[in-house]
Amino acid sequence: MSWGSWSEFIAMGGQGAYVWSAFVMCAAAFILEPWLLALRRRNIVDYLRIGARQD
Amino acid sequence: MPMSISACLRYAAPQAFYALAGRLVPWFAVAAAIAAAAGLYVALFVAPTDAQQGEVYRIIFVHVPAAWMSMFIYVVMAFWAAVGLAFNTRLSFMLAHALAPTGALFAFLALWTGAIWGKPTWGTWWVWDARLTSELILLFLYLGYVALNASIDDPRRGDRACALLALAGAVNVPVIYYSVQWWNTLHQGASVSLTRAPSMAGTMLAGMMLMAAAFWMYSIAMALARVRCVILEREQESIWAGAQFSSELEARPA
Repeated sequence: MSWGSWSEFIAMGGQGAYVWSAFVMCAAAFILEPWLLALRRRNIVDYLRIGARQD
Repeated sequence: MPMSISACLRYAAPQAFYALAGRLVPWFAVAAAIAAAAGLYVALFVAPTDAQQGEVYRIIFVHVPAAWMSMFIYVVMAFWAAVGLAFNTRLSFMLAHALAPTGALFAFLALWTGAIWGKPTWGTWWVWDARLTSELILLFLYLGYVALNASIDDPRRGDRACALLALAGAVNVPVIYYSVQWWNTLHQGASVSLTRAPSMAGTMLAGMMLMAAAFWMYSIAMALARVRCVILEREQESIWAGAQFSSELEARPA
């Protein structure tokens, strides 16, 4: 598929709202999950650091 | 015992697997990014416009891989639950726990992208048909698993309760997969089948496979990263878990 212009690409034949809300939700999920996981790791690592300091 | 089996069993110890998983995560993350970049390029710039649906069909490139992963992750989760129950291996339960949230995410994405695809093609966001309803049940099974695990304080009891739920829920996976054959449903049949030629253009299939590979690599990276958290949380009283960070401590000002 060769798009004539960027605006044509964004419009997706008039169905851009559907196509992009599907793709954007996936992108958001793949950013949110690693971020939440990094927070979870930070929590347990900080806890272990405090424990190690007290030993 | 052959070398390879004993080498594998060595990694059944959470402490050994923690280190192995840490080395593997970046590789799977990079593989996911490369496959996603290639897949998005094919999906959005190479694959032709669909003759019947126009451009909106491009949702298929995220919808089908997400739906595949939601089912596949459940099978893997139930497998580790079964291994845990059979052999009482702690790491097996931990792997199942690590898979559940990512599986829930893919079940949600399959439903979300499906609803968005349903509106322009079927005229409705949602119907209570067999495929959609059984996928919704899959999401509830994942969420139930996560909630059950969080609600039981004794980790060993939680492991077994979650494993039983995972195994009981596994019956839902073939129901989802065959629902389009067993019942009259609005949902179309399988896009890709092992037993017959693909019903779609080669570039469409290539885009879908690349996106599926990306989701697959992403899932492995997430599960391995999460199982590392689970291991540290479970083993926090052990000497090795504390020692992981005591050496880092010395490098930091007190």
